[in-house]
Amino acid sequence: MSNNHPNSSTQNKKTDIQRQPRMGRPGGGPMAMMPGEKARDFKGTFKRLLQYLGKYNFLILFVLLLSAGSTVFSIFGPRILGQATSLVFEGVTGKISGTGQGIDFQGLSAILTRVGLLYIISAFLSFLQGYINAGISMDITFRFRRDIAAKINRLPLQYFDKVSQGEVLSRVTNDVDTVSQTLNQSLSQIITSTTSVIGILVMMFSISWTMTLIALVTVPMSMVVIRLVVRKSQKYFVQQQEYLGHVNGHVEEMFGGHVVIKAFNAEAESINTFNKLNTTLYNAAWLSQFLSHMMMPIMRLISNLNYVAVSILGGYLVIRGTISVGDIQAFIQYVRSFNEPLMQIANISNILQQTAAAAERVFEFVNETEEVPDTTTPLQLNHVEGRVEFRHVRFGYNPDETIIKDFSFIAEPGQKIAIVGPTGAGKTTLVKLLMRFYDVDDGAILIDGHNIQSFTRADLRKLFAMVLQDTWLFNDTIAKNICYGCDSADPDQIIEAATTAHVDHFIRTMPGGYDMVLNEEASNISAGQKQLLTIARAVVGDPPMLILDEATSSVDTRTEVLIQQAMDRLMQGRTSFIIAHRLSTIRNADLILVMREGDIVEQGSHQDLLDQNGFYAELYNSQFALQPV
Amino acid sequence: MLKLLKYIKPYILLVLAAIVLLFILANADLALPDYLSKIVNVGIQHNGIEDTFPLAIRSEPFEQMAVFFSPEEQTFVNAAYRRVEPTQDSPLLAEYPALATQAIYVLEELSTQDQQLLEPIMTRGMIITLMIQQMQENPGNAADLAGQLPFDPSKIPPGSDIYTLLEMVPPEQRAQMIDQIKDQIEGMSATMADQLAITAIEREYQQLGVNLGSMQTNFILRTGGIMILISLVAGITNITVSFLAARTSASVARDIRKDVFTQVESFSSQEFNIFSTASLITRATNDVTQIQQVTFMLMRMAFFAPILGIGGVIRAVDKSPNMWWIIALAVGLLLLVITITFLITTPKFKIIQRLIDRLNLVTRENLSGMMVIRAFNKQDYEEKRFDGANRELADVGLFINRIMAVLAPLNTLVMSGLQILIIWIGAHQIAQSTLQVGDMMAFLQYSIQIMWAFMMLSMLFIFLPRAFVSGDRIAEILETENVIKDPQHPASFPEPFSGKIEFKDVYFRYPDAEECVLYGITFTAQPGETTAIIGSTGSGKSTVINLIPRFFDVTEGAILVDGVDIRQVYQSDLRDKIGYIPQRGILFTGTVESNLRFADQEASNETLLESLDIAQASRFVFANPEGLQTEISQGGTNVSGGQRQRLSIARALVKQPPIFIFDDSFSALDFKTDSALRQALKEKTGHSTVLMVTQRVATVKEADQIIVMDQGKIVGKGTHSELMQTCETYQEIATSQLSKEELA
Repeated sequence: MSNNHPNSSTQNKKTDIQRQPRMGRPGGGPMAMMPGEKARDFKGTFKRLLQYLGKYNFLILFVLLLSAGSTVFSIFGPRILGQATSLVFEGVTGKISGTGQGIDFQGLSAILTRVGLLYIISAFLSFLQGYINAGISMDITFRFRRDIAAKINRLPLQYFDKVSQGEVLSRVTNDVDTVSQTLNQSLSQIITSTTSVIGILVMMFSISWTMTLIALVTVPMSMVVIRLVVRKSQKYFVQQQEYLGHVNGHVEEMFGGHVVIKAFNAEAESINTFNKLNTTLYNAAWLSQFLSHMMMPIMRLISNLNYVAVSILGGYLVIRGTISVGDIQAFIQYVRSFNEPLMQIANISNILQQTAAAAERVFEFVNETEEVPDTTTPLQLNHVEGRVEFRHVRFGYNPDETIIKDFSFIAEPGQKIAIVGPTGAGKTTLVKLLMRFYDVDDGAILIDGHNIQSFTRADLRKLFAMVLQDTWLFNDTIAKNICYGCDSADPDQIIEAATTAHVDHFIRTMPGGYDMVLNEEASNISAGQKQLLTIARAVVGDPPMLILDEATSSVDTRTEVLIQQAMDRLMQGRTSFIIAHRLSTIRNADLILVMREGDIVEQGSHQDLLDQNGFYAELYNSQFALQPV
Repeated sequence: MLKLLKYIKPYILLVLAAIVLLFILANADLALPDYLSKIVNVGIQHNGIEDTFPLAIRSEPFEQMAVFFSPEEQTFVNAAYRRVEPTQDSPLLAEYPALATQAIYVLEELSTQDQQLLEPIMTRGMIITLMIQQMQENPGNAADLAGQLPFDPSKIPPGSDIYTLLEMVPPEQRAQMIDQIKDQIEGMSATMADQLAITAIEREYQQLGVNLGSMQTNFILRTGGIMILISLVAGITNITVSFLAARTSASVARDIRKDVFTQVESFSSQEFNIFSTASLITRATNDVTQIQQVTFMLMRMAFFAPILGIGGVIRAVDKSPNMWWIIALAVGLLLLVITITFLITTPKFKIIQRLIDRLNLVTRENLSGMMVIRAFNKQDYEEKRFDGANRELADVGLFINRIMAVLAPLNTLVMSGLQILIIWIGAHQIAQSTLQVGDMMAFLQYSIQIMWAFMMLSMLFIFLPRAFVSGDRIAEILETENVIKDPQHPASFPEPFSGKIEFKDVYFRYPDAEECVLYGITFTAQPGETTAIIGSTGSGKSTVINLIPRFFDVTEGAILVDGVDIRQVYQSDLRDKIGYIPQRGILFTGTVESNLRFADQEASNETLLESLDIAQASRFVFANPEGLQTEISQGGTNVSGGQRQRLSIARALVKQPPIFIFDDSFSALDFKTDSALRQALKEKTGHSTVLMVTQRVATVKEADQIIVMDQGKIVGKGTHSELMQTCETYQEIATSQLSKEELA
C-alpha cells in the first residue's frame, strides 16, 4: 500500500507517471498506435542536435560503423550454415547412391569454425557498439539535464507565468529521455535495420532471384495490411484513450469530492454515471486492444506464407539443381529475419520525428531569452541606509496589460511599509519589482538614491531578508536550510538566527536537532515551525531591509504569537515591507499601500486612509463592523 | 492477485477456448518445419517417394522376391497386389508405360493396418532385390555386400539365376535363411533401411517407366498445399485468440473497475484516510488498466510460450532423440545469462528509480523555490545540487546500459552456437544414418522456437511480479469493508423535525491511533442558533463536525439529532437533513446549474437564484454571459478558491436543510465578502441549526454559542464576551487577531 499524501496535487500525479523508467521502446504494441508527434523544424532541430553532440560526432560515426559491421558479419551466418547443410546432404546422398565418399567432416569443421568466428566477431562488435554508445548517450543526457537545470535559474520569472512547472519538469525527464533513448538505441537500430535489410536482400538474391522475388511479393502486401490495421486501430485507440480519460476523470472527481457525495446522498447517481462511462469504455477498449494487437498475428501469417513459398519453390529449385538444400535452410532464416528490420525501418521516420519534437522542446527551453544581464559596472556600497524610492513606476506582467500605472512613494530608513488588499490583488508584485524578479517597464526604483538596476542582482538581493508566505524549504538538514543564505556555515551564526526566530528550542527537541533532515514535502515539521525556520533563514545575513509575507491562517495560535514576535524583532531598525492579510497588525505602519486588482489605489497612514473613507476603510470596517443580530 | 481470479470466472469459457486455440496454433507453427523436412527428405532426397513399399511392380521381380518370404507372407503379399496382364488399353498405361509389354502387379486399396503389415515385408523384399541387382551389375562390390546376406553371392557362378538356385533350397533351410535376413535388416538403422528400400523402389519405378519428375513435383506441391492450409489455420487461430484475449481482458477490467468504484463509493472517510484519496484514484484507474494489460498478455503469451516450448521439445526429441542435450544446454545457458543479468540489474533498477525521484525532487524544488533561491543568490548552489543528483543518475544508468550491451550479443551468440552445434552433431548422426538431413533442418527450427518460448517465459517471470502488485493493491480495496454501516432495524426522526444536535461525552480515536483526537465532547446545538467552533490547527474542531454526517463514527459516547442516536437511522436519512459545506470548495464538471442541482434536482429556478444571492455568488456568476450555464471544469479549477467556496455554500442552500454545517467554509473569502455572506445567511437560515468551524475570531464574534477547542477538548463554551472573560485560550486567539478596540 502506498500512502501518497492526498495533498500531493495533480502535478505530483503527473510526475508519478513520468517517473516510470523507460528502458526500451515497445515495438508493435499499443505505443506504436499513438498518432505520432511532429517537430516544427525537423531539419533545424537535427542540425542543432548534431552541433550539441559536438566532440561525439566522430565517435557516433564510429559506433554506427560498428553496428553496421556487426550486422554484416552476422548476416553471412545463415548462408554459410546453409553451405554446411548442403555439404552434409551431398555427402549423404552421394553415399547412398554409391557415388560419393560420405560426409566431408574436415570441410564441415572448416565451415562451422568460419561461421563461429563470424558470429563471435559480430557479437564483439555489437558489444563494443553498445558499450561506447551507452557512454555517449548517458553523457549527452547528463549535459541536457544540466543545461536545462542551469537554465531554470537564469530565466526571468516572467517565463514561468506562461509555462507551468509540470511542463518544465517534463522536459527534464520525458523529453530528455526520448532523445537519450534515440541516441542509445534507435540510432544504432536504424543502422542495424538498414544494413540488415540490404544485407539480407543481397544474400537472398545471391541464392536465387526467383525465390527472392516471390518472398518480396509479400512485403508490399504486409505494408498495405499494416497500414490498414494501424489506421483502423489508431482510431479506436484514440477513442479508447478518450473514454478512459472520461472514466478516470469521473473517478478522480468522485473520490476527490467523496464527502460531498456522501453528504448529498449522491452515491447511487455517481455509480450510475460511472457504469455508463465504464460500458462505453469497455466497448472501445476491447476493440482497440484487439485491433492494435492484430499486427502480430498478421505479420506471423505473412511470414508463414513466405516460409511455405520458400519451401515449395526451394524444393522445386533443388530438384532442378539450381540451388542446394542448405540454401533453402539459409533462405528460410533470411525470410524469417527480414520482417523485423523492415518494420523498424517503417518506424524510423516516426522515431526521428518524436526525437526531433522532444529535442526541439529541449532546445527551445535552453534558447529562451534569459534575464537582462547585470550591469557591467556594478555599484558597490559599503553601507546601505535603506531608503527606498519608487519613482513613477509603470509595470505590467503582459506588455499589453499595465497594472501599475504611475506609482511613486518613498520609504525612509527603518520605516515600516504595509501592503494590503484582498486576495489576488497582486500584493507580491511590489516585492517582485523591488528584488528585481521583474523589471519595471518605466520609471525607476532607487535604494539610497541609486537605481536598483545599477547593482548586480546578487548584490541587490543581499540587501534584503525575505520571508515568504510559501515556506519553501528543501530536502536537507535543518542547519543547511537555515544557513541557506550564508556563505560559510558557522554553527554559532545558525544558532543565533534560530534563537532570534524562537525556533532554537524546538529544533533541539527534534530527533537529530540541527542535523535533522527535512523530508521531501517538509511534512515532518508543522507549518508554523516551517514559517519560523524561514524567518531564521532570513535573519542569518543581517541585511538592512526586510520583506515579510504574513503567515497564513493555517498556523496554530501559539505559534502565531511566536511568529509575530519573531517578525517584530526582525523589523527593528530595518526598512520593512509587510504583505499583510490581517489589518489589525499593520495599523502602526508608517505607510500603508492599498492594492486592488493589481493596482495601488490608495496610500497613507492608517488614520489618513480611514479618514479618506475609501477602499481601505471599507476593507477595514468589513472586518469588524458586522452588526450583532 | 489470486483473489482477483474470480473475475476471470464468468469468462472461463473464453479462456479455455483461447487455450485450445493456442494449442492448435502451437501445433500448426511446429508442423511447418516438419513439412519442410518432408520436402527435403521425401520430395528432394527420395524423389517424392513416400512409402517403402512399391505401388506397382513388374511381375518378374515381384515373383522372384517371393523366395524371401515365408509361406504366410507370400499369401499376404499376393492378396495385397493385383496382377495386371500386358495390355494396350488401360488407364494404368499412362502411369506405368511398361504395362504395354509386360504384366505388372498393382497395389490394392489397403487399410492402414495392412499397410503397416506390408511395409516390413516389402522393404525386405525390395532391399534384397536391390542388393542382388547391385551385385550383378557390379560384382566388384559383391564382397562388401556379402556380409549382409546369409549366403555368399560371389560364390554363385555368374550368369546363373540366383532365384532359381534359392528355390531349390529345402524349405526348413530357407525359413532359417529368411529369419537371418530379417534380423539383418532389423539390425540396420531404420533410416538406412528406408533409404535402401526407397532407392530400390525408385529403380523399379524407372523400369516401369513412371514419370519420377512429375511425381516429385506433385509431392512438393501437395505438401506445400498442406503447409498453406496450416498457415491459414494458424493465422485464423492467432487472430481469434487475440479477439478472445481482448474481450476477456476488457471485460475483466470493466468488472473490476465497477466493483472497485462501487466499493470505494461505499467507503467512509475512515477508509479514505487509510488509503488516501490519491492512492484510491490510482488503484481504480491505473492499476485496473494494468490488470487489463496483464490479462491480455497472460492469455496471449503465458499459455502460448509453454505450449510451444513443450511441443517443440517433444517434436525435436522425436526427430532426434540423441540431440536433446544440445537444446537443454542452450536453454540452460540462456536462462543463466538472463538470470545473472536480472540479478545484477534488479537492484540497480531500484536505485535508478530512487535517483530519478531524487532528480525530479530537486528540479521541483528548484522550480517552486525559484524566488527564494534567487533572493538568496543560491543559483550556483542549486546547480551543484542538481549536478550531484544528475551525475549519480547518469552513472547508474550507464552501468545498466553497459550490462545490457553485454546481454544482447551474448543471447545472439548462444543462439548461433546452438545452430552450429546442431549441424556438427547432426552431421555425425546423419553419417551414421540415424538422422535425415531434413530432420536436422527441422530440428534447427524447433530449437529456435524452443529458445523463443523460454525467452518469453523468462520475460514473463520478470514482468509479472510487478504487474501482480497492481492486483494486490486492487484486492486490498475490495477486501476492505466500510466500518460505518446502516442499522438493521433503523429508527426514524420525529416529525416535525427540529434539528437539535446533542454531543454526549463523545470520544473519538482514529483506528490504530494511540491517542484520542476528541475527549469527552459534550454540547448542544439548538435550532435557530449558530454554534461556532474555534481552535487552532489540530485542536479537533473539524473532527467534531465530521462526526455529525457520520463521515466517522464516535469511538465512545453518542451524538443525538432530535433525540435519536445518529447510528440508529439510515445514513441517507441523516444526510438528507444536513447541508454540508466542505472547507475546500468541491465542485464537479458541468455547469453552475448542474452543480447547484446536485443538492436537489427538482429545485425551482428561484431557489437557485436566491441561493446564489445569499452566497454572494450572483455577481460573478452573472458577470459571465452564460450565467447559470457557465461551464465548470473538472475540480472547478476555472473559478477561484473564493468563488468555489461561495458556490458550494449556494449548493447547500439549494437543499434547504434543517441543519447547516460549515467546515471552515469562509477561509478563502476576504473579510468583506465574509461578513456580507454571513449576514445574508443569518436571515435565510433563521430556523436552521447552524454549526460552523473557523479560525477567525471576527467570524465567530456574534455566534449564539462559541465552543473553544484545544487539543481535542472543549476548553470554553459561551458567547464572545463571556469567553473574553473566562477562557484563556479564546483570549489568546482573539488578541492575536484583533486589536484592543475591536475586542471590546
